[in-house]
Amino acid sequence: MPSLKDLRNRINSVKATQKITKAMQMVAAAKLRHAQEAAESARPFSVRMNAVIARLASRLKDQEGVSPFLSGTGRDNVHLLVVCTAERGLCGAFNTNIVRLATDHVRKLQAEGKTVKILCVGRKGYDQMRRAYGDLMIDKPVDLKQIKRLRFAHAHEIADRLIRMFEAGEFDICTLFYAEFRSVISQTPRALQLIPARLDDIGAEDEDAQMDNSAVYEYEPDEKEILSDLLPRNVAVQVFRALLENAASEQGARMTAMDNATRNAGEMIRSLTLQYNRQRQAQITKELIEIISGAEAL
Amino acid sequence: MANALKLELVSPEKELASRQVKAVLVPGLEGEFEVMPGHAPVLSILRPGVLRITEISGAETKFFVRGGYVEVSNDVMSVLAEYAIPLEELNPERLEQEIRWAEEDLQDARNDEERRKLAERLDFLKALREALKTGA
Repeated sequence: MPSLKDLRNRINSVKATQKITKAMQMVAAAKLRHAQEAAESARPFSVRMNAVIARLASRLKDQEGVSPFLSGTGRDNVHLLVVCTAERGLCGAFNTNIVRLATDHVRKLQAEGKTVKILCVGRKGYDQMRRAYGDLMIDKPVDLKQIKRLRFAHAHEIADRLIRMFEAGEFDICTLFYAEFRSVISQTPRALQLIPARLDDIGAEDEDAQMDNSAVYEYEPDEKEILSDLLPRNVAVQVFRALLENAASEQGARMTAMDNATRNAGEMIRSLTLQYNRQRQAQITKELIEIISGAEAL
Repeated sequence: MANALKLELVSPEKELASRQVKAVLVPGLEGEFEVMPGHAPVLSILRPGVLRITEISGAETKFFVRGGYVEVSNDVMSVLAEYAIPLEELNPERLEQEIRWAEEDLQDARNDEERRKLAERLDFLKALREALKTGA
């Protein structure tokens, strides 16, 4: 049986924890708003880029020698998985969900006898995957911790690296793992094949890609060259979008997790207070009984 | 023939312009060309350079753009640039300074990776300077 003092201390410590989780929730809410805005303002660019690429690709699909970013290397032996996670924890199952999707993928590929390479963006995913798949990691995680506001240049750097690796023949297929932001309470981990680009993924997003098909365009330079210029650029755009989605998802997940924590702390305080009051009353009663029986004995 | 052109200038980070304009001079990969209302549908890659917009009022707005493409159809013109900045936001002295720094860094670069990155940055800064000279 804890003493009254112990109970009082525990109540105070839970209250302090609750203050922290409450503050974290509010910070996450503010950051979420920014992240959401950033993700939304990035959307028009990627949607249009995809529409143009889809259109060009569908016109050129029967031709030979289109960019390897579209047709692939013709093999699928070496897979590169780019796993994007957060730099910080305390955001519920956010990181775990992405890592789980990626690990499932690794297992499936390994069962098929493929070579798997992993590049982590964000430290949390690296920490979680290092134990099981440390030997597959091609490098230390890409560090985003110092970055306050994600710029396109950051995504560009990652994409550049992927493109150079691809051109050097270090992998055949590149898949990006991130969490898609659906709403504050729902974030879905997703796998997106970056290289070679998947047209059904691209085309599905924009209906007027089909509509514009009829227009007769002048191409400058020719279609093939435009396509081979745009496809590598699109890698950066997709990475940028995934990172922004991820940032919004992370804040959303953290907000929900901290909201739950705050509520749990509240419940704990209530039950501890009840216990404290009961015990205090019991002690008063006990003292009264002692006094009264002492007086009666006289 | 319509007498206005709808211009949409988008970078990955945000939409920079979406309005009716009179004409736009584009730095295309195979030379500059001006788009006016009624222009034939065209799709072209951008070269780093200055995008000159002639507003309805006759005033001129300039943007530095780099990497991306321009698409014109039905008097709607979309410019998707990986990097776009209003020219007046560029500061020539600051730019000179940056170029000097980048040149120094390039000399001190230790490995190929670093050298490649810095050379890329230097090229970019020089393109900016060029744009500022011709645009101003």
